[in-house]
Amino acid sequence: MSVLVNKDSKVIVQGFTGSEGSFHAHQMIEYGTDVVGGVTPGKGGTYHLDLPVFNTVEEAVTKTGADVSIIFVPPAFAADAIMEAAQAGIKVIVCITEGIPVKDMVAAKHYIKDRNVTLIGPNCPGVITPGEAKVGIMPGFVFKSGRIGIVSKSGTLTYEAADQIVKAGLGISTAIGIGGDPIIGTPTKEAVEMLMNDPETDAIVMIGEIGGNYEAVASKYIRETGNQKPVVGFIAGQTAPAGRRMGHAGAIVGGADDTAAAKMKIMRESGIHVVESPAEIGDAMVKALQEAGINA
Amino acid sequence: MNIHEYQAKDILKSYGVRIQEGIVADTPEEAVAAAKRLTEETGTSWHVIKAQIHAGGRGKGGGVKLAKNLKQVKEIADQILGMTLVTHQTGPEGKLVGKVLVAQDVYYPGDSEPKEFYLSILLDRAKGQNVIMASTEGGMDIEEVAEKSPEKIIKEWIDPAVGLEPFQARKIAFAFGLEGEAFKEMVKFVTNLYKAYLDTDSSMFEINPVLKTSDNKILAVDAKVDLDDNALFRHKDLAALRDISEEDPLEVEASKSNLNYVKLDGNVGCMVNGAGLAMATMDIIKLSGGEPANFLDVGGGANAQTVEAGFRLILQDPNVKAILINIFGGIVRCDRVANGVVEAYKNIGDIRVPIIVRLQGTNAEEGARIIDESGLKVFSAISLKEAADKVKQVLA
Repeated sequence: MSVLVNKDSKVIVQGFTGSEGSFHAHQMIEYGTDVVGGVTPGKGGTYHLDLPVFNTVEEAVTKTGADVSIIFVPPAFAADAIMEAAQAGIKVIVCITEGIPVKDMVAAKHYIKDRNVTLIGPNCPGVITPGEAKVGIMPGFVFKSGRIGIVSKSGTLTYEAADQIVKAGLGISTAIGIGGDPIIGTPTKEAVEMLMNDPETDAIVMIGEIGGNYEAVASKYIRETGNQKPVVGFIAGQTAPAGRRMGHAGAIVGGADDTAAAKMKIMRESGIHVVESPAEIGDAMVKALQEAGINA
Repeated sequence: MNIHEYQAKDILKSYGVRIQEGIVADTPEEAVAAAKRLTEETGTSWHVIKAQIHAGGRGKGGGVKLAKNLKQVKEIADQILGMTLVTHQTGPEGKLVGKVLVAQDVYYPGDSEPKEFYLSILLDRAKGQNVIMASTEGGMDIEEVAEKSPEKIIKEWIDPAVGLEPFQARKIAFAFGLEGEAFKEMVKFVTNLYKAYLDTDSSMFEINPVLKTSDNKILAVDAKVDLDDNALFRHKDLAALRDISEEDPLEVEASKSNLNYVKLDGNVGCMVNGAGLAMATMDIIKLSGGEPANFLDVGGGANAQTVEAGFRLILQDPNVKAILINIFGGIVRCDRVANGVVEAYKNIGDIRVPIIVRLQGTNAEEGARIIDESGLKVFSAISLKEAADKVKQVLA
């Protein structure tokens, strides 16, 4: 089954005709994702990459039956694009855009709250179910199909983890890049929960970073639901000084609880296999699977 | 983006938030003139001279002083201007003071005792809503209050759809134990403060202390405002408040090349694509026996120009004994990055520290071959483990 996206997902691209949107739409199509069209207000009725362009998401959904959207709209208009997709009945929205004002995201998050929609991101690499659908900007060849789920705040660190998993002779069910912004649609716990409930996922890699309490909340969930599947965890930013923002808008140590050390401690106490070094993710997963007697 | 107290107070005042009035000065003479004008405008006889730097704890560091006459205004301004102020937030190297705020004395005696409170507005990330935090322990660090007497902090979450409701402002004023004129003033203060926060796209307001004066006025004695960098594109006036002298010169240079750089104190420089992997690379350096000299995210397109700009930044730091470049080439190919590294190296010429280049992803072997055959003092690695081992070797 995998989660969020699969071979049946019909994907539209918001910001389709822009340079980022065009480039990555092309990459997604090459990967085999069922991209059914795109939205660029004012360019409706035209064709781009041999696919129809629509003025509104609503029209795109009506005409194509799209259920997934990926957003490459510039930061000033991205929150609006999220709300438009939710209003049009899209079920999974993946927002790649980096640099959306926090105030806009507060509004967007509130707007989509009671609608039947899952938002991934913003400021994320997207979601990939290897061999079925890539709805994101990740290099597809790194991700080989298998039974390990990945949840990560970071882009390239997700690729790093996937690469190690694959080189360890394993594969990936679905990798979810949840995003590095202060406000994101699907926090760590919700993403981990999806993979815990996925019959095609045997174990999970959970990668976090400094700032916020998402990893702590996820750890509590994992412990309280009885550690159903092995989880290997890593927190980036053990050497980050307090009060300084490390690239991602959300990556800042504000208090004692959101340091890497504090998060790793909570994760360990919750039965997660925490690695100190990001180079050990693959080995730790092999070991965790052996301990649990899983042949993934 | 952080701004100075005097700039923050200007913003608050424009939203009808009462402030401790003041005039900014660059020289002791200007400070005296400012003090005279303040006395005319507000009737204050004493003045407070406050160092303007982007860091808290100025009072304890000797950057805030009371002057009881114009002679003292001049003496104190002379003393504070040009001093290197060290507080718990500046780090041991401190910050050079270039401006002082000459402010009115608001703790004058009167019918009732002056009383200090604490107010801040920030984003509650978990709830995705703004929250107003209020405490009767004005003047104290909120972290300390949270630790010792958390019951003294009240929080009001703001519904994004309807905004701050009047009852919420009243709840805060009641919690402060205010009545009569002071109560009304506090409700107005909180209401206007939240409006200012929203309109300016701020990510944090901290007013500590908020003062009830002896004649029942409510005003901001200090103001810390942090603006959302991502929203500055729609606030040209606020973007102009940036004070580059408050920032690390290397970080300013980096931002010109669209590089995301944070200067640190270690001995191993690093250059990485992606913020998460950059932090993870810093951690690898530490685990290999070094200390990271910087955070540097070169973003998605790691080409010869960005790599060269990155090299030049890192090499300006005299503490750097080795450099680790860690690029996960996905969309960008490793052979192109490798060529970029070699080209940048040759352009710079005199690089005296060993460089480890770890390229993984598309065409990783080809990238490693280019590095190895370049004849330069550069070591290639493909896996992260290999990179960590090579850092260990060059530091040994």
